Amino acid sequence: MAVRVQEEDFDVGLEFARFTEGRVDLGGVALFVGLVRGDGQTVSAMTLEHYPGMTERQLEAIEAEARARWKLDDALIVHRVGRMKPGDRIVLVMTGSAHRKDSLEACQFLIDWLKTKAPFWKFEEGQGGGKWVDAKESDDEAAKRWGG
Amino acid sequence: MKILYFASLKAKTGIGSEDVTPPASVGTVADLIDWLKGQGPGHADAFADLRLLRAAVNQEHAGFDAAIKEGDEIAFFPPVTGG
Repeated sequence: MAVRVQEEDFDVGLEFARFTEGRVDLGGVALFVGLVRGDGQTVSAMTLEHYPGMTERQLEAIEAEARARWKLDDALIVHRVGRMKPGDRIVLVMTGSAHRKDSLEACQFLIDWLKTKAPFWKFEEGQGGGKWVDAKESDDEAAKRWGG
Repeated sequence: MKILYFASLKAKTGIGSEDVTPPASVGTVADLIDWLKGQGPGHADAFADLRLLRAAVNQEHAGFDAAIKEGDEIAFFPPVTGG
């Protein structure tokens, strides 16, 4: 189980190789890679700010919650901060378990909860300056369906 | 008491953090917000719309009714937008 917050990009293939290296207990790994979505021509770059200390604590708490709800053998959350451009990788969630149901559901739970509980904020740069991105109610709804 | 501001709250107050000593009557996050509002126009602006305000006490999400005490780290920020 691991949680990382970093400015540098991550290599999905390398992370997957490390995650599964030497393991024979995993029946499957689910992974989600979040990308910076460009909004046509309006968003040229964005900067992700976070609350150092609380971010790691929240990610670890979310991961512990997933472990309590599903039979997970391993999990990894990597979240980038700093300046990124449309198309860049921003977040990686990986869950490994003996059976696909646990890994798939836990992976979706982790990204849904992360979006509403982990203290990250997006600032979008575009024509005529920039703005802080507003939270989406749909994200709250996605997190709520998991309860708690 | 250490206060931290993030994202739009940091932009409105113009500061990322400050050490404050509120009066003894300030016992909850809501009390602190009322007191901070009077600390300048930037602070008044930051706390004008409480619907878009979230708080954390010692790095845990907290409601406005949460108790606070000397030495606590209180953070204010808008709803999170990571992932």
